Amino acid sequence: MSDERSIRQLAGDLAAKRLSAVELTDHFLKRIAAHDERLNTLISRSESAARERAAAIDAGTDAGTPLAGVPIAHKDIFCTRGVRTSCGSRMLDNFVAPYDATVVERLAAAGTVTLGKTNMDEFAMGSSNETSFYGAVRNPWNTDHVPGGSSGGSAAAVAAGMVPAATGSDTGGSIRQPAAFCGVTGIKPTYGRVSRYGMIAFASSLDQGGCFARSAEDCAAVLQAMAGFDERDSTSVERAVPDYSAALAAQGDDFLKGMKVGLPKEYFAEGLDNASREVINAAIGEFEARGAEIVEITLPHTELAVSTYYVLAPAEASSNLARFDGVRYGYRCDNPVDLEDLYTRSRGEGFGREVQRRIMVGAYVLSAGYYDAYYLKAQKTRRLIARDFSDAFDKVDLIAAPVTQAPAFKLGEKLDDPVSMYLNDVYTLPASLAGLPGMSVPAGFVDGLPVGLQLLAPWFEESRLLGAAHAYQQSTDWHSKRPAGFE
Amino acid sequence: MSLSEEQVRNVARLARLGLDDDQIAEYAGELSNILEVVASLEQADTTDVEPMAHPLDLAARLRADAAVAVQSRDDFQAIAPAVAEGVYLVPKVIE
Repeated sequence: MSDERSIRQLAGDLAAKRLSAVELTDHFLKRIAAHDERLNTLISRSESAARERAAAIDAGTDAGTPLAGVPIAHKDIFCTRGVRTSCGSRMLDNFVAPYDATVVERLAAAGTVTLGKTNMDEFAMGSSNETSFYGAVRNPWNTDHVPGGSSGGSAAAVAAGMVPAATGSDTGGSIRQPAAFCGVTGIKPTYGRVSRYGMIAFASSLDQGGCFARSAEDCAAVLQAMAGFDERDSTSVERAVPDYSAALAAQGDDFLKGMKVGLPKEYFAEGLDNASREVINAAIGEFEARGAEIVEITLPHTELAVSTYYVLAPAEASSNLARFDGVRYGYRCDNPVDLEDLYTRSRGEGFGREVQRRIMVGAYVLSAGYYDAYYLKAQKTRRLIARDFSDAFDKVDLIAAPVTQAPAFKLGEKLDDPVSMYLNDVYTLPASLAGLPGMSVPAGFVDGLPVGLQLLAPWFEESRLLGAAHAYQQSTDWHSKRPAGFE
Repeated sequence: MSLSEEQVRNVARLARLGLDDDQIAEYAGELSNILEVVASLEQADTTDVEPMAHPLDLAARLRADAAVAVQSRDDFQAIAPAVAEGVYLVPKVIE
């Protein structure tokens, strides 16, 4: 039996000693032991450390924290002191982080118990979780299908009830897309809302940490503990974090009444699978039934998002990943003959194909003679895309759209065709480029595979997103469905 | 836009990626396909549009120039491939 209690209920039961942290930790560790061989969601497990920590919480040393005793898993992109942090790469297979990421530190301070580190596409580059050095993750709804990526391990682990919440990171859709494919709720906050300190960098102007859980209410509780200014991240924004859970409770069921929800016509054009379209339309019907006013909007530069992203993200990646040189940490080739050989073989052997592809695209678009045509041009089209959103949010409070064109594809289906994999991200990339907060909310199924509704709000309006998702989840139960075999 | 194997070899050299000839050939095809997709940027009218380096148009925040506690060198060097007496070891650079 998976635990049906929300994180708020679990935290309440733990605080009132109706449930011990050890019992709860054991419950989830047992589910991991029973199911993870099939799904491969975890790269590292920390059973004994988790039990010790849970016992300490039961003994009262961490009492009074908001999430005391609540189990969590961290995407293996977040540094965890004393625990391997691989980022899904051979390059970091031997890397035991010497410090904790701010996200890990804050969630630990809130009382969570870490059960393990979740599988991911190598260096978060991928949309299927197939580029991991540790093998593909499988989708619990149908194990022939991908869970999405790059935070696929986190999404699948929550979907299979192996952990109540997990962290993730989103550079171009890496939280929203796997949340949609796995039928869980995921939130990518505004760029700068959650500290990037200790989160291994892929594309620094896009990367943003967030989380997965069953419901918007659970996401609110976890995000609360993660969000906020951090001196150690120069792009962290100094801005007060509202009380998300209080906002949900205060506004409740009437949240959507009178809210203007925009449907960007570009996201409903050709390319969207018909069955998914019906699911999304039904979800929007539910918003309308709850008092939202639905209007059509336009985001005219949407079609530039894929090109813009696949110039900027690889460019930033080629620079960020220059640090992996086989000298200070990580993989080093055997018997290097000279320094050049040490660099080139360590990087040639340590990085997988997708990462090498992106590093080379990045090095190319930044190289002399091409910089203006590609990189500078993409920075300009990025502004056009961001402007589309600020214009839209002059007219509407919220944007609703599909997350993906179709439900989870089959393992191997797009692996040999990088371009088709990239084009698949068309609905999630624009909000990432604009730095906007976004969510994926379970909205139904097509052929037994989940479909996610994407919600986007203006910068720093995570409360509005969570409130809308919560109101929707009051009258629908898609978020509480469980995949067969993982009940 | 298609990339020759020679161009790919040059990019791999810039990025310090040691690749063999088969890999170079495969990447030449794949990178050409990717560049073909991004070529659509050319058509966008960006007259008078300022490049956007930060999604919120914020400048990097500066912190006070004050000393902060640092972790020990030992912690960081414990995970290094090769160290001796506090320095990182690499193959001989100067004969």
